[in-house]
Amino acid sequence: MNVLLIFSVLILIAIAIWQVTKIFELSQGKKVYTQVADDDDNNWNGKLMFGFLFFIYGITIFSFVMYGDVLLPKAASEHGSEYDNLMWISFAIIFFVQTITQALLHYFSYKYRGEKGKKALFYADNDRLEAIWTIIPVIVLAGLILYGLYTWTDIMTVEENDEALVVELYAQQFNWKARYAGDDGVLGDANVRFLQDFEGRNLVGIDATDPNGFDDVVVQELHLPVGREIIFKMRSQDVLHSAYMPFFRAQMNCVPGMITEFAFTPNITTEEMRQDSDIVAKVKKINKLRADKSKELIAEGDVALDPYEFDFLLLCNKICGASHYNMQIKIIVETPEEYAKWMAEQQTFAEVIQ
Amino acid sequence: MSTAAAHIEEDHGHHHKETFVTKYVFSQDHKMISKQYLITGLFMGIIGIAMSLLFRLQLAWPEQPFGVFEVLLGKWAPDGVMDPNVYLALVTIHGTIMVFFVLTAGLSGTFSNLLIPLQIGARDMASGLLNMISFWLFFLSSVIMVISLFVEAGPAAAGWTIYPPLSALPQAQPGSGTGMTLWLVSMAIFIASSLLGSLNYIVTVINLRTKGMSMTRLPLTIWAFFVTAIIGVVSFPVLLSAALLLIMDRSFGTSFFLSDIFIQGEVLHYQGGSPVLYEHLFWFLGHPEVYIVLLPALGITSEIIATNARKPIFGYRAMVASILAIAFLSTIVWGHHMFISGMNPFLGSVFTFTTLLIAIPSAVKAFNYITTLWKGNLQLNPAMLFSIGLVSTFITGGLTGIILGDSTLDINVHDTYFVVAHFHLVMGISALYGLFAGVYHWFPKMFGRMMNKNLGYVHFWVTAVCAYGVFFPMHFIGMAGLPRRYYTNTAFPYFDDLANINVLITVFALVAGAAQLVFLYNFIHSMFYGKEAVQNPWRSNTLEWTAPVEHFHGNWEGEIPHVHRWAYDYSKPGHDEDFVPQHIPLKKGEEELQH
Repeated sequence: MNVLLIFSVLILIAIAIWQVTKIFELSQGKKVYTQVADDDDNNWNGKLMFGFLFFIYGITIFSFVMYGDVLLPKAASEHGSEYDNLMWISFAIIFFVQTITQALLHYFSYKYRGEKGKKALFYADNDRLEAIWTIIPVIVLAGLILYGLYTWTDIMTVEENDEALVVELYAQQFNWKARYAGDDGVLGDANVRFLQDFEGRNLVGIDATDPNGFDDVVVQELHLPVGREIIFKMRSQDVLHSAYMPFFRAQMNCVPGMITEFAFTPNITTEEMRQDSDIVAKVKKINKLRADKSKELIAEGDVALDPYEFDFLLLCNKICGASHYNMQIKIIVETPEEYAKWMAEQQTFAEVIQ
Repeated sequence: MSTAAAHIEEDHGHHHKETFVTKYVFSQDHKMISKQYLITGLFMGIIGIAMSLLFRLQLAWPEQPFGVFEVLLGKWAPDGVMDPNVYLALVTIHGTIMVFFVLTAGLSGTFSNLLIPLQIGARDMASGLLNMISFWLFFLSSVIMVISLFVEAGPAAAGWTIYPPLSALPQAQPGSGTGMTLWLVSMAIFIASSLLGSLNYIVTVINLRTKGMSMTRLPLTIWAFFVTAIIGVVSFPVLLSAALLLIMDRSFGTSFFLSDIFIQGEVLHYQGGSPVLYEHLFWFLGHPEVYIVLLPALGITSEIIATNARKPIFGYRAMVASILAIAFLSTIVWGHHMFISGMNPFLGSVFTFTTLLIAIPSAVKAFNYITTLWKGNLQLNPAMLFSIGLVSTFITGGLTGIILGDSTLDINVHDTYFVVAHFHLVMGISALYGLFAGVYHWFPKMFGRMMNKNLGYVHFWVTAVCAYGVFFPMHFIGMAGLPRRYYTNTAFPYFDDLANINVLITVFALVAGAAQLVFLYNFIHSMFYGKEAVQNPWRSNTLEWTAPVEHFHGNWEGEIPHVHRWAYDYSKPGHDEDFVPQHIPLKKGEEELQH
């Protein structure tokens, strides 16, 4: 029924277009109708071009005003502020260039709209001008490249050290697991071949012959102590996944057959983040949306939505199959004491396989 | 057949009697092949765009039943609710069709075929037979791709990049069964078609230019098609090798891309391969592919902007140099798609460097277009509007490339909607505008009739507003941290406040889709009932407009015109008219511009 409706609307639109153009053509009277733009066309399209400039500016401002609050809040990791700085510098440059070039493009389209009898300026070349607008991007980009590479090296250089906490992030269709190295600070060897050992209790395939693995702790909730460097070792058991932690400005693919790495230092706990004014406002807004939605659901006899509470996110960001959109694990950043307390409650691999 | 055509054939002594089949089906005439490419490309475009509207509906109103899903998707949308696997299949096939079938074959195939012989002054392509085979291979690959939509478990659904292991293992998702096999077969045939076409274009441009048509007098369209063909020949074979190795992994148990896999309760035998290797092979084509799509659009724009501004294109040499620079750089930047793939971070810094370099020739192009408009006498035909629109979206989309090309910044926006917004503006919309501009501009050359300009204006303005309406707010969804290829974002309440943006985007997308119907109507109607075209409706300089309106094999009656000047003598002082076609000899004392 819907389809029939849509089709009939489309047909009506087609007929309407046809009639409007026919009327338009008739109303042109004796004028020779060549389908080539004449002065009238140049005039109104030129003006629209200028108008379009303000549409572009308008939609930019509209988006910032309306959607500015969906942007990610301040970074929750140490390298994050460096990342955010580089981002805002790049954005400033982009907005500057965008504003100017779009203005020139659309203003010229309006200003020099064609008129019969006018002749364009024969102006084919100007080496000096071209040199200028080659060199300016070169300088700006050189700056950006250098700054970018400096931060990149800084973020991506992962050095094993005693203070850092080594955590394995383990991806599979469609969930995450985490493995902590335990007291010895060394992750035991692992391979998917061992997954079926111990009646499926060996969740991430730890090699039971490697003593380093005995004190490893496998969990389904990611606890991170604040202020301590975390070195993530990523694995996947089936297809590509990507561990994307937007609040920490962190991401790395999980690749079957190899171990990838990413390290960062979380510098704000989940509790502190929940108190942050941006987050408070955001949660309030979301809960209002959810409450409205719940009213509708209840009216339809469905279950209401749970109220939302802020948590850091780990998202899968590499297409991995049907439930790619729903790979969840809870991340909790907490004080070292809370972390130690939680860790003490966990079972080691040796205990699990007993 | 006209007497003129008969005359040509006598001249050249080949007497192929043109039956319906040789004229319209297995034609070796580049003009007919060009129309075949265009119409096949448009047909695929309808499918590709329709798919995008379907998944936009799902994104705006997740998991809501729609009658149109039930009708079009059948059992894949039980009770009208789209299945997640189908969502993935739709985005996969949308990407594949738009990138390869519409914007590679439909754009480059159409206009390279139409314009290379006509603008360089040749009677046809170097090899009409190869050209015909190239089209029919493309047609065959399109048919196979369409057939793949109807297989039991659904078409390929691993994203248009079909990264293994997802694409290699039928256990991983339903789309990785027969659907994926057909996808690979279709693409292998497509690549063969593209290679035959590209080789033909290269040989034709090098060998068959008319007297006086030196490389520095070539219109920028031809430069763009020529360089595009070279990029295609260099990079498409690498994709073919990736596809063949993937077929081996899938069907013959090899381990090129697979290692240590446990799926559906079973350890698989694969050992020692690497998905990262596939990513390298894929993007060695995948990135140049962006320019294979974009350069022809930029070439078309250069030609149309100069003609309609009634001004020489500004900085011809710089325009050629930037095409060459972009082409060269395009082959050494593929790694920027893989900053966080697990490859060595040092490689990331190398690819950041090369990637940001590409902004320089791109900036030169944009500035030169703007300067070409300056003090022009702009004839704002629909083709011109689309060309200006292209420059606008090329700038808006290109600028965010500075963020994505920077390995550091890519960490947090990689594979989010920020990327989707970026590449749709800079290559999707821009290249589509190039396609539309080309169709409006050369329609009289292809079909001997004019398209309706007022429908063209409606088409442009609605599309232009909607293109920004769809893709500008999308940057914000990406900056909010939402990954692409998510069936719905309702699984994470944090993203609940994105729902309004998604609705807005979908509304713009639906209106944009409707605007394309105006184009289709105009296209089909004008083909049969459009106003008959005069020989040179846009008062253009290039050689194709010296050929008669009526088509016949051989293009020109009698001798092919000789060329005496570059293609951009618009509004040249000392001439009465504001254009001087390339075949007009220099006046006594007139200097040819040093370019």
